[in-house]
Amino acid sequence: MVVPIGHILTVSLLMFGIGVVGVMVRRNAILVLMSVELMLNAANLNFVAFARAYGSPVGHVFPVFVITVAAGEVAVGLAILIAFFRNKQSVNLNDVDLMKG
Amino acid sequence: MLSLLFLIPLLPLAGAALNGLVGHRFRGERPVAVVACAAVLAAFVLSLGAVVQLATGLEGYAQGAPPNVRVEAEARRVEMTLASWIPAGGEGSFVVDWAFTLDPLSAVMILVVTGVGFLIHVYATAYMHGDPGYARFFTYLNLFTAMMLTLVLGSSFPVLFVGWEGVGLCSYLLIGFWYQDLKNASAGMKAFLVNRIGDFGFALGMLLIFARYGTLNFQRLAEAIEGDLAGAAGLTAIGLLLFVGATGKSAQIPLYVWLPDAMAGPTPVSALIHAATMVTAGIYMVARTSPLFAAAPVALFTVAVVGAATAFFAATIGLAQNDIKKVLAYSTVSQLGYMFLGCGVGAFAAGIFHLTTHAFFKALLFLGSGSVIHAMSGEQDMRKMGGLGAKLPVTYRTFLIGTISIAGFIPFAGFFSKDEILWKAFEHGHPALWAVGSAAALLTSFYMFRLVYLTFFGSCRADHETQHHIHESPRAMTVPLMVLAVLSVVGGWVGINQAVAFGADVNFFEHWLEPVFAPAARIAAWHAEHAAAAGHLEPHYGLGVEWLFIAIALAVATAGWVAAHRLYVTRPELPARIAARLGAAYRLVLEKYYIDEVYRFLFVDGLLGFSRGLAWIDARVVDGVVNGAASLTVASGRASSEADRLGVDGTVNAVGHLVYGGSSVYRRLQTGRIQNYALGMMLGAFALISLYLILG
Repeated sequence: MVVPIGHILTVSLLMFGIGVVGVMVRRNAILVLMSVELMLNAANLNFVAFARAYGSPVGHVFPVFVITVAAGEVAVGLAILIAFFRNKQSVNLNDVDLMKG
Repeated sequence: MLSLLFLIPLLPLAGAALNGLVGHRFRGERPVAVVACAAVLAAFVLSLGAVVQLATGLEGYAQGAPPNVRVEAEARRVEMTLASWIPAGGEGSFVVDWAFTLDPLSAVMILVVTGVGFLIHVYATAYMHGDPGYARFFTYLNLFTAMMLTLVLGSSFPVLFVGWEGVGLCSYLLIGFWYQDLKNASAGMKAFLVNRIGDFGFALGMLLIFARYGTLNFQRLAEAIEGDLAGAAGLTAIGLLLFVGATGKSAQIPLYVWLPDAMAGPTPVSALIHAATMVTAGIYMVARTSPLFAAAPVALFTVAVVGAATAFFAATIGLAQNDIKKVLAYSTVSQLGYMFLGCGVGAFAAGIFHLTTHAFFKALLFLGSGSVIHAMSGEQDMRKMGGLGAKLPVTYRTFLIGTISIAGFIPFAGFFSKDEILWKAFEHGHPALWAVGSAAALLTSFYMFRLVYLTFFGSCRADHETQHHIHESPRAMTVPLMVLAVLSVVGGWVGINQAVAFGADVNFFEHWLEPVFAPAARIAAWHAEHAAAAGHLEPHYGLGVEWLFIAIALAVATAGWVAAHRLYVTRPELPARIAARLGAAYRLVLEKYYIDEVYRFLFVDGLLGFSRGLAWIDARVVDGVVNGAASLTVASGRASSEADRLGVDGTVNAVGHLVYGGSSVYRRLQTGRIQNYALGMMLGAFALISLYLILG
């Protein structure tokens, strides 16, 4: 059974949308990072879907890179978050307003 | 000597300049007195020489006269032109020169002015002794003499008017000599102001003369008038205007009010200015313009009527006065009336004759009264005098001579001149004026003898302190009195009229003045002809009638004397009883008929109120406008500064606020929160992509 590419793209879009909304709305910084991961994975799913539909190897390799980068990025993000938590004792993004003008 | 004519007014002027500029630096009073008296004496000597030459050697002089002198031998006139004053020649020319004329009339005047003036100067050296303003006094006195001489020697109206105003000025300065007392200063101002009113009429008259005849020179004017007698209609107005000026200067009705007040000045001033000389300027002017007046019979008659009325009116006031100088002042006004009466009936020579004799005895009377006041330590009220005859023998005797002369007893000077005037008044057809004049003569005799009896007879009513100081005056004062007394006796003998001289023609005075008044006589004759043609003929009187009138005159004088003797010597309680019985009438006369109060009400109060109103306008309205303009400027300045503060600064501040407000709004974009930034990025990306897709 071949799943029509449309369905995969729709799922990928929904995932991306949820990820975007999560980034914008979530208070907890860790949850925002998780939402970013969600967006990245949605992009991966998009790659894979097109690789399956057009048989391109690129679509298989590239998401590996994305995952690698995402892992590094999360590590850095968590490190920043921990540094921030040490100062503010909170992971609420609303409290990160030192740059407030 | 005639060539030195110009020195006659000039020498007293030089004396005045010298005393005025450096007089106060001289050591003591002597140099001042010497300068002043010498100046007048020199003027007198020159006058004498000039007149003698005029009388005898005129033809000889005419041949060798300097070029600026014009001699007319049969008219006995010498005119010396010193300089051109107003050379406005050409079309409608107005040419006036500084020129002096010596003819019989001005000859008489300069002799009187310098002669009597010199005696009064000498008298004043003693009278004013010790006064801090000694030099100033003699400066003014000399200046007056110079001005008076300019007046009588002037060849034309403007030169006369210079002297006229000059004597008015000196009169003001001398009346108010002791100016620290407000009364004296006020009297001086009153004299000047009343004079000025007369001068206004005088100036108008001069303007009209020039407009009509194109000349102001006396000689040329006389010729012009005589050449056009039929067309002399407008001359009445001119004559009356000139006479207004004369009433001001010579104290006639209605402008006599300044003269009694003028007694506030030192007595020599009263003698010189207000008896012998300045006040006679009006008569001199009328005599000088006799052709004009002769050609305007209505004006001339007015002169006579005013003169007679003033003579009587002033005499009535003199009856009741208690101040010795006031009696003499009203007497002067009265006698001036006689002079105008004489001129007014056409007897100009008689008027001038009385002017001369009056100068002698009135100066004598005033100087004598000064001697009395001096002895009485300044007292002038006759009720506080008495019995001075024994203590002041020279003063008394000379004063008595003056009194007899003014009363008009033969053979004293006053008789000849006064009788001449009264006779001429009757002879020229004015019996009413003769009657008024005779009545005034009766009163004159009465009040003069009243004065003598109150002052010199009876017991002394002064207080003890004053009595102690009574002493005869020094020689410098008594010698002029004696000289004037002699003149008051013999001065009339140059004018003895025919009747008195039993038909002999010895009236030297009248003959001497004949050439001067000949034109007037001719004009009067022309008018008489025309009047005769209409049916009025002047009757001719014989010597017998004249003698009758002389007898009446003497009787009148005697009656006055007798009445005075009765009231003040034999029955001294009578005057008080009569005054009480007359009540209001007596008070009316004593208070000079309240004329001063009437004038004050009519003229002065209104004028003062008007000037006060103008002052109010100046203080409130004018200053108000000025101050208002200033306030306006200040207010506009303040408004301007407010506008600057509110407007300009406001705008600047508003811009700042705007930016501040704007930034405080935009600042809210920088929340510092990442999620807000992310949202912004999202929205922006979405907008761009939509744009891309739509526009594609």
